[in-house]
Amino acid sequence: MTTVTFRDALREALREALRSDDRVFLMGEDVGRYGGCYAVSLGLLEEFGPERIRDTPLSESAFVGAGIGAALGGMRPIVEIMTVNFSLLALDQIVNNAASLLYMSGGQFNVPLVIRMTTGAGRQLGAQHSHSLEGWYAHIPGLRILTPATHADARGMLRPALADPDPVLIFEHGSLYNVRGELDDHAGPVDLDHAAVRRPGRDVTLIAYGGTLRVALEAADRLSGAGVEAEVVDLRTLRPLDTATLLDSVARTHRAVVVDEGWRSGSISAEISARITEEAFYDLDAPVGRVCSAEVPMPYARHLEEAALPRAEDVIAAVGRLGGCGGSDG
Amino acid sequence: MTAVASGGRVGDGSVAMLRQMIRIRRFEERCVELYSRGDIRGFLHLAIGEEACAVGVTEALDTDDAVVATYREHGHALARGLSMGAVMAELEGKVEGCSRGRGGSMHLFDAPTRFYGGNAIVAGGLPLAVGLALADRMNGRERVTACFFGDGAVAEGEFHECLNLASLWHLPVLFCCENNLYAMGTALRLTESETDLSLKAASYRIPSWEVDGMDVRAVREAAARAVEAIRSGGGPHFLEMRTYRFRAHSMYDPDRYRQKDEIESWKQHDPIPTLSEALLAEGVLTAADLVSMEEAVDAEVDDAVSFAESGTIEPVEDLERFVTTPAPADADGGRRS
Repeated sequence: MTTVTFRDALREALREALRSDDRVFLMGEDVGRYGGCYAVSLGLLEEFGPERIRDTPLSESAFVGAGIGAALGGMRPIVEIMTVNFSLLALDQIVNNAASLLYMSGGQFNVPLVIRMTTGAGRQLGAQHSHSLEGWYAHIPGLRILTPATHADARGMLRPALADPDPVLIFEHGSLYNVRGELDDHAGPVDLDHAAVRRPGRDVTLIAYGGTLRVALEAADRLSGAGVEAEVVDLRTLRPLDTATLLDSVARTHRAVVVDEGWRSGSISAEISARITEEAFYDLDAPVGRVCSAEVPMPYARHLEEAALPRAEDVIAAVGRLGGCGGSDG
Repeated sequence: MTAVASGGRVGDGSVAMLRQMIRIRRFEERCVELYSRGDIRGFLHLAIGEEACAVGVTEALDTDDAVVATYREHGHALARGLSMGAVMAELEGKVEGCSRGRGGSMHLFDAPTRFYGGNAIVAGGLPLAVGLALADRMNGRERVTACFFGDGAVAEGEFHECLNLASLWHLPVLFCCENNLYAMGTALRLTESETDLSLKAASYRIPSWEVDGMDVRAVREAAARAVEAIRSGGGPHFLEMRTYRFRAHSMYDPDRYRQKDEIESWKQHDPIPTLSEALLAEGVLTAADLVSMEEAVDAEVDDAVSFAESGTIEPVEDLERFVTTPAPADADGGRRS
């Protein structure tokens, strides 16, 4: 085992992909000479050269669409978008082309493209660099949506994403880049199809992904101190959703709280709540709870930003509201 | 223009181009009838009057080159070599259609001829063309990607982003602007501060020139010159083809925004009689040749309609097929959504 940052794990995945497949190249704003806005691609230009580590103009629609075209032309492009907010400038290409071409062409043109972008808040970057729109993208048929929350997933999701014949979006939570963690020296590709139980428990299921996994795990630790054993499920992939793992957990715990950094209205947490209600209603002892971001554009001031985001105490309170979880205050 | 009247009267290819334009014209005229009967639905954008653009450019391409087109792309598809039956079947929503009936008039696709659509977002195809050309360049292939779009696309940010990127990276793209003077119903002069479109392209350091889009031989000559330059490493080129659509924007359009005399004056430059009369005068073609060409095209259109009408409809159970690529072991499925 080696201690690495989340950023290191992502970079090692990129390096491995570039080494193992000549069709792979990385393009985006400041990925080369600058080393990546969040330093994920630092050093790759020196190792792989400017043909394969391509700095682009600030033209999100053109370079995302060029990634689609290059994928159609036989390449395996990795496109980096600085933040999810900027991806809105490329929404036409992602939704109208990448997600639709295979279907519109009657199965003739698949798009093996990987798009990576930063998502999420927690760094006082204000309303145009901090949102969590991965739930929006999970609405779109034809896309696969990945949200790595662990170092193993940061290291291991890229390879299967590149092997996917269809477009894959990887959302990297900005607050995770500097987080250090243990990574197996032989860490390699991971499965993308299943959610993971990160902590077993019997009393309530906490469902999280990406940046909220840490929040859910902290809440579970504190709940445990109060005698409530929470099971924590990491969704890992928002589309297609691994509903089976969620239902299996809820069948055992009979309660669920979804922890989602997106806004509550029309969110992925709403989708998960609906699926559990549709398919496991009679397993539930309480309505599905949700802890989401406040419905505001993300504020800059630290105390306001903290108040807007899902916190462990919010999760603990939500579990408390379900009632009947056991424990000293349950 | 020198024409050689030997060897089946193909000569410089003008006869073949005339035939292609007539095929496209008669095909689209039949589409109007089928639309009126309800056999074709959705939006149907006709390029009647603009045939020389699709035919002239396509004639200058090799079979290995790629084409990216717009929602007004019946002509480009037919000129590129898609069978008329497959295109008609697509318009009738049949499995035998070039997109299995999933696309319709605005989304014609064909892998064997490297025909990448059929894009109904104005300027949405330009980034794809840039990427296709990037892949060719990174692989050292001498292929060209021809990207068609209208004058309306020039107002989109993607147009500017893509011309800049293609020029910056010196990519083998032929940008083919079909300037028919109207973005749907709004005249170019009402939407552009600079109506000289070649000038805009030239500002990105892209060799750009204008050509009479009603003269198929002029279009082919300009496109051939551009393609040759691109193939020999000259980077992207831009052709502004000045053309005109004789019919409304789509079947829903009452065409309130154009004067009848403007339409009539452009009809005097109809690319089909312009070329056929020239070929008759040059002695390359006889009146009898023209009649038999028309008869052959009529028969092809009849066959295409029969093919489409006898086509099958996709079983509803396959509705979700091809949302994602079917797994090898699940060749019928692909229901991952």
